[in-house]
Amino acid sequence: MISSVFSWLGDGANWSGPDGITHRLVQHLEYSFGALVFVLIIGIPLGLYIGHTGKGGVAIAGVANALRALPTFGLLLYLVIAYSGNLPTDWIYLGPALFVLVVLGVPAVLSNTYAGVQNVDPAARDAARGMGMTGMQVLWRVEVPNALPLIISGIRSSLLQIVATATIAAYVTLGGLGRFMIDGLSQRDYAQMAGGAVLVGLLAVALDLVMAVIQRYVVSRGITGRYALPAASADVVAAESSVSV
Amino acid sequence: MINYLKNNPDNVSSWFFTHLWMSVLPVVIGLIIALPIGWVASRYRWTYPPITNLAGLLYTIPSLALFILMPSILGTKILSPVNMVVALTVYSLALLVRVVADGLNSVAPDIRAAATAMGFSGIGRFLRVDLPIAVPVITAGLRVATVSNVSLVSVGALIGVPQLGSLFTEGFSRYIPGITLLGILLCLALALVLDALIVLGSRVLTPWQRAVAKR
Amino acid sequence: MIKFESVVKKYPDGTVAVNGLDLVAPSGKITVFVGPSGCGKTTSLRMINRMIEPTSGTIWLDDQDTGKVDASTLRRGIGYVIQHAGLFPHRTIVDNVATVPLLLGRDKKKARSQAIELMERVGLPASFAKRYPAQLSGGQQQRVGVARALAADPPVMLMDEPFSAVDPVVRAELQDEFLRLQSELGKTIIFVTHDIDEAVKLGDQVAVLKVGGTLAQLASPATLLTDPVDDFVAGFVGRDRGYRALGFESGQLDPDTEQTVKLGDDAAAVGRAARDGWSLAVDDARRPLGWVRAAALAEGKQVTPELLHRGGTLAPVSGSLRGALDAALSSPAGRGVLIDDNGALVGTVTASEVVQRIESQLAGRRNGSDG
Repeated sequence: MISSVFSWLGDGANWSGPDGITHRLVQHLEYSFGALVFVLIIGIPLGLYIGHTGKGGVAIAGVANALRALPTFGLLLYLVIAYSGNLPTDWIYLGPALFVLVVLGVPAVLSNTYAGVQNVDPAARDAARGMGMTGMQVLWRVEVPNALPLIISGIRSSLLQIVATATIAAYVTLGGLGRFMIDGLSQRDYAQMAGGAVLVGLLAVALDLVMAVIQRYVVSRGITGRYALPAASADVVAAESSVSV
Repeated sequence: MINYLKNNPDNVSSWFFTHLWMSVLPVVIGLIIALPIGWVASRYRWTYPPITNLAGLLYTIPSLALFILMPSILGTKILSPVNMVVALTVYSLALLVRVVADGLNSVAPDIRAAATAMGFSGIGRFLRVDLPIAVPVITAGLRVATVSNVSLVSVGALIGVPQLGSLFTEGFSRYIPGITLLGILLCLALALVLDALIVLGSRVLTPWQRAVAKR
Repeated sequence: MIKFESVVKKYPDGTVAVNGLDLVAPSGKITVFVGPSGCGKTTSLRMINRMIEPTSGTIWLDDQDTGKVDASTLRRGIGYVIQHAGLFPHRTIVDNVATVPLLLGRDKKKARSQAIELMERVGLPASFAKRYPAQLSGGQQQRVGVARALAADPPVMLMDEPFSAVDPVVRAELQDEFLRLQSELGKTIIFVTHDIDEAVKLGDQVAVLKVGGTLAQLASPATLLTDPVDDFVAGFVGRDRGYRALGFESGQLDPDTEQTVKLGDDAAAVGRAARDGWSLAVDDARRPLGWVRAAALAEGKQVTPELLHRGGTLAPVSGSLRGALDAALSSPAGRGVLIDDNGALVGTVTASEVVQRIESQLAGRRNGSDG
């Protein structure tokens, strides 16, 4: 069973052409990152606003919880049946699919952004205001840098959920890696089905790694605790002396 | 929607109960396995990173992919419900191991020292001191696991295990939005009821939390 | 100068935090707000830089009504130090210190080199510049907090319990350095604490506040200890205040000259120098090392460091009578050692000599005030 999966994956003919793995992979990434862009546009400003002002935090927690209970698969099918008549041809399936992925992805980004800002050390925030930072300066110079680890991990889990769920887009005739699972199922071709599953799994793990690397390099060392080793202090001293010259 | 419910009460109710046990059973098994593993991760510090990293990796794999890969790992039939129960157990376990470990770590060192000084040891301290104090954190994890399971189970309709997700596909193939909507509403209701039950259970187990809230 | 003019802070739920505060904090001096929790001391402090807006009344900063300036502009001109330092965890120490100069749009390089100078001024090595706050101890973080508040050289500093989260030894150290720094800088400082000893030690004047936000007494530390205005202040100032008031009492003492010995001197020399069986050992710069008991030194033996009794405290001759009395009481020989500014021996006094001096000084004052 497993060997048939590998031979399916290893067959060059399965990788090329409009139905090939390469094209499906690109489609999958298009759906995922397309949805992620909307998720960020909605989730981050709203999360920052709520975290900074402290208004509406309870409502957000409630909405995020309720959205988690919403069955995305059902929502996708419902939207396609109920609203496809009102959409331009190109968007009959793509519109509902993107909408569902955005609805799925927003809560993680929103609540992590909110929680990240909310959890900034109150003393640091107080000091920032006390030193004369304006509201916007407090937000961008203190709250956002300190909330960054949580914001990025929100984006990370949001992206993973989106990538995983983008597979069901294939059920409503769209492309992406889900195509192999759905087609394999209807053609009783287990190798194709499982090959698609392996690809989606690998894609998810790879994207998770990329996000982990981004997280590592974007967040201040003062927060992550990855300080320069004492051995590097020669550079530090050199840097310091150049500062004081 | 109402008509469909009237005409197919037996189908819908049997799907509902299938959905119920397929959502809950993995969480129960997951928790039972997660407790000892989480305990190890919190008790022996060096095991925490490898255990949580592995759990994180398992949690990364998309659910539909895991459902489909289960037969080649377990040797089961593709349409067997065992695939889904095992896959969802893996998810619940991956989520709960970390939650249990973090919950146990959240017990203040003072409290642990006091418990040890009073003569609690090993299992006794775990069951009577650490675990009760970790209940609120573990509850939060249980809620997430259960509620997301309800949604994940419905995806199983794609690989032909009949439950509430079958209402989605049936509505879709017959192009009747009401049937799909009925499925969504039943899923939501199921998720919210299970969520409420977990919150209720946690309250019963942690009377001291309410005492604080009332003050 | 900071001036409170019938300042009131009332919260929407009806709590009155500050009730009609009238007070002047003179320029270049430390004014301490002290009182039990709920007395409105922090609220009063935070109204100065408008972190909290007063309900009514006016706070003047020199001749500027603080309510009429932009809050952020006002705050950039006032140093602000808080209990847990509130350092920015994502920024290095040098960037933390340079925060306000950078906010004011000053040159980045210059701001950083000034920040490093300031770090050294508050007792932090320049090698800490590239570290992050999490790598510093609580006491070190607090020093960074002070340096950060000083960075733009504001004439006014607000300090809200800055030393109360560190352990007593470090706290005493920080207090001493703070006083040294203030003697160089001469800032106008409002300092909030709940610790009366800290208030008395640091304040040029102390404002004791009562629960409900009223001023119970505004006075110099010495007056507060010797002449509390009511039972509340007396109770708050606490026991031992007669003794503590000696800390503000300086008087001309007439120390006895002491025959001293050095390490390596023999028993005969110790015997010659001894009074009541004890002689004082000093080093080459005449700095006291400790007391030697003549009887403990056998014939022909020499003075070694192991033989020294180091129990006694040393009192500066220009210091307070409290210090002198303590030196006498703690000395194993019964004679308190007085030293000059260089730490060299001036002479010794006994407890009874100090007490006589105290009595005559207080008697003189009583008669003076009666007459």
